[in-house]
Amino acid sequence: MMDGIKLDPASQPVKAPAMKKTISLIVNGFQRSVEVEARTTLLDMVREQFGLTGAKLGCDIQVCGACTLLVDGKPVSACSVLAVDADGCEILTVEGLSAKGKFHPLQEAFMEFGALQCGYCTSGFILTAKALLEEYPRPSEQQIRDYLAGNFCRCGCYQEIMQAVKNVAGS
Amino acid sequence: MELADIGKTFRRLDYETKVTGTAQYLADMNVPGMCHGKILRSPYPHARIKSIDTFKAVKVTGVVAVLTRDDIVHDEGIEPYYGPVFKDQTIVAVEKVRHVGDPVAAVAALTIDAAEEALRLIEIEYEELPAVLDVHESLKPGAKLVHDAIKVPMSGFADLAELKPIDGTNICTHFKLNRGDIDKGFAEADHIFEDTFTLPATQHCFLETHACIASVDPGGRITVWATTQNPFVVRTQLANIFKVPVSKVRVIVPYLGGGYGGKVYPKVEPITVALAKKARRPVRIVLSREEVFYTITKHAAVIRMKTGVKNDGTLVARECEIHLDTGAYAEIGPRVAKKSGYTAAGPYRIANLKIDSYSVYTNKPPAGAFRGFGVSQSAWAVESQMDIIAAALKMDPLELRKKNGYDEGDKFVTEETLRSIGFKQCLDEVARSIAWNDKSFNGSTVHGSIGSNLRRGKGLACMIKATITPSISCAVVKLNEDASLSIYTGTVEMGQGSETVLAQIAGKELGIPLQTIQVLGVDTDVVPYDLTTSSSRSTFHMGKAVQLGAQDIMHQLKQIVVKEYGVPQDKIRFAEGKILLPETALDYAEVMFKRFGMQGGTLVGEGQVKTSTKDEFGEKTTSAFWFVAAGAAEVEVDVDTGKFKLIRYATAVDVGKALNPLGCRQQLAGAAITGIGQAMFEEIAYDNGQLINPNLVDYVLPSLGDMPPVIDPICVEVPDRNGPFGAKGIGESALIPVAPAIANAIYDAVGVRIKDLPIKAEKIYLGLQQRKS
Repeated sequence: MMDGIKLDPASQPVKAPAMKKTISLIVNGFQRSVEVEARTTLLDMVREQFGLTGAKLGCDIQVCGACTLLVDGKPVSACSVLAVDADGCEILTVEGLSAKGKFHPLQEAFMEFGALQCGYCTSGFILTAKALLEEYPRPSEQQIRDYLAGNFCRCGCYQEIMQAVKNVAGS
Repeated sequence: MELADIGKTFRRLDYETKVTGTAQYLADMNVPGMCHGKILRSPYPHARIKSIDTFKAVKVTGVVAVLTRDDIVHDEGIEPYYGPVFKDQTIVAVEKVRHVGDPVAAVAALTIDAAEEALRLIEIEYEELPAVLDVHESLKPGAKLVHDAIKVPMSGFADLAELKPIDGTNICTHFKLNRGDIDKGFAEADHIFEDTFTLPATQHCFLETHACIASVDPGGRITVWATTQNPFVVRTQLANIFKVPVSKVRVIVPYLGGGYGGKVYPKVEPITVALAKKARRPVRIVLSREEVFYTITKHAAVIRMKTGVKNDGTLVARECEIHLDTGAYAEIGPRVAKKSGYTAAGPYRIANLKIDSYSVYTNKPPAGAFRGFGVSQSAWAVESQMDIIAAALKMDPLELRKKNGYDEGDKFVTEETLRSIGFKQCLDEVARSIAWNDKSFNGSTVHGSIGSNLRRGKGLACMIKATITPSISCAVVKLNEDASLSIYTGTVEMGQGSETVLAQIAGKELGIPLQTIQVLGVDTDVVPYDLTTSSSRSTFHMGKAVQLGAQDIMHQLKQIVVKEYGVPQDKIRFAEGKILLPETALDYAEVMFKRFGMQGGTLVGEGQVKTSTKDEFGEKTTSAFWFVAAGAAEVEVDVDTGKFKLIRYATAVDVGKALNPLGCRQQLAGAAITGIGQAMFEEIAYDNGQLINPNLVDYVLPSLGDMPPVIDPICVEVPDRNGPFGAKGIGESALIPVAPAIANAIYDAVGVRIKDLPIKAEKIYLGLQQRKS
């Protein structure tokens, strides 16, 4: 503390300047570089800085799956991952699935089998299912249940989701 | 293009935007100049606010406004008290806080961080007060009062006019239903059963939390973007609070990420508008998951039920006392209590009744509407006790239900005639689905299971429920110059598929393809009045209004043809989107061209549905139509640990007419899954008034891993004479029988009767231990 300056313990805390970092990553197939604060979550980055709002904040603690994104092909709860930790990674959001103007087979199947109602969980379910099918191209019923058990659908479309995923897997 | 139809599954109109992530929900929206709002909430269940000091908070860089009680009690343009039934709630706490999480102040700032920092710097001095934390404490003589005085009830609801808070007590309302002679009824009974059932508070847990963007222009005009199921009620309430005509309030509703009853009546809207008014800028508030638990819950209940039964199983008398914990504010609790009371006899003929249903104030977060609206509480007691009776009389639970159950033309407890009641069909369907009569496994080792410790059992339950009556739905249908159609309604698409069903109805009437129909989003400045998207009412009421609107357009087209083509009215027919004349067939667009003389113009059709407390025969009616449903569960219980699995669940609902069969099955299975959550996991846990699990880790929701291998949704179709194409509402029915059906199946398997929800392994285990000793 400098001489002559009295520190009032109740004074307004001075906000530390935000730590920023420039990261580069591939978002839905495009190479991007973006400046983010060190404490920005991956979800906030894609929603606010990229305007990709398909992924939703549901629980904020990594249990509901509404914010799921694929990072290097693996499903990740973007609400609980820092954007800086995705530096150098490849990110896929639901918007990137039908980028070429054609629905992804999972999107088609979700519509055909009625695997959604309010739609808030849908982006997370479709991306998790995509990762599932990449890992297990012919999943058993139990594998589908286990893999998707980390996503909640509060409208209760679980049976329809099972049907849609099974249909795409051809199982 | 395929023509629209009913009774046929069409791809839903909201699906393409929803699967591509482009559907807009409130938290995805921004408006220019918008700042962020955050709410400071009470840490105490009950306390007097001695002082609030915002001096440091307002100085935080980026803070635009800090809202406290001073802003709402000293502003002549604000009525601080509001509530859909009683004015007992304030925008922010005025003298006292009444539950943990009660809003005390709010901050609007340019960034969320600045708003949160300012919240931390608001200094509040509280004087803690004794709190009443359950209905038992709350009803004790001399209990601390949650409200010293309740503001005069509002005149909003005709059906609640007789209900008033009881002075000097914590009783919010007391609904009474008496029928026959209760003493005589019990005197006639051969057996009397008396049981107490309880169920805990739960939360809707829509994945989209409540949110609002509000903007107040200098002339006092209010615009809100709201996550609400009833935009017109929110409009009325905001007009009352901010003392402006309803024309000065505009409520816009994007797609909702689920509602389930938790988004009816004002929630976060009043505080957002008050903050925007003070900030002179648009403000957005998005609640955190924890805050949702402080905003609204489902009523916990204690239900004492005494039933008199003849040797042959005839129910002759019932005395029932229901205490619903409505929390710190009445919200819509008085109507929930009334509906619990009306259905305490279940779907059964019982000549002698004495029913007392109370909503009771406690120092807990307010309880309100939840899919099932009071009936899931009463049915837990009614349907559990039915099996207790069946077991004692050694009767088949299915037969006992059918023996006493309503038939077409029976009188409901209100003495009105029940019509279009597919009740017994629902029971038969679920019994068939789970092979009810096959009891070969009963009580014995399960065939094919790995251990000898597993027992299987089957259970049934059923229900009857009313829809809100009287009510109003208005629709406007516009035929555009190219023969495409635009539908304007106040029905909120919250996942139930209303857009698609409304388009199917209009498209079927006019004989046009679904793809040419647009159902517009809700904006109270644009769409005509609708009471609410709740009470399973939209397909029946708004569907009918849209149907009438489409017919109005057809009538207008006919008039044009008469005038322009000189064809007599009785020679004009409609088929597959064409107007058939004796010699030729005309397209709608052709007729429009003829009418307006160029490519342009609009035909506007209108439909109004107004239900009343008297039907077309002048007979009393408390419900525009009735919902009946049944559920059946098969479970497997481990007798060593009490752990159980749901093997199969069947749900049958009388839908009247399945307009979109896949959509109906979604509603049935979805509601059943919510019921499974409430039966098996869900419970808000409190410790001295503090919620200890307001998050989705500790508050357990059903996931795919919890699903039984089969959920069988069955649509029974007994058409309603007033519904569009015979359709009834179906949103809530399937939820209600789930918990008692599972409890009854567990009893069937291991002889343990669970009377308090949720049904957990440890409760079964304790029951098994008691049976052994």
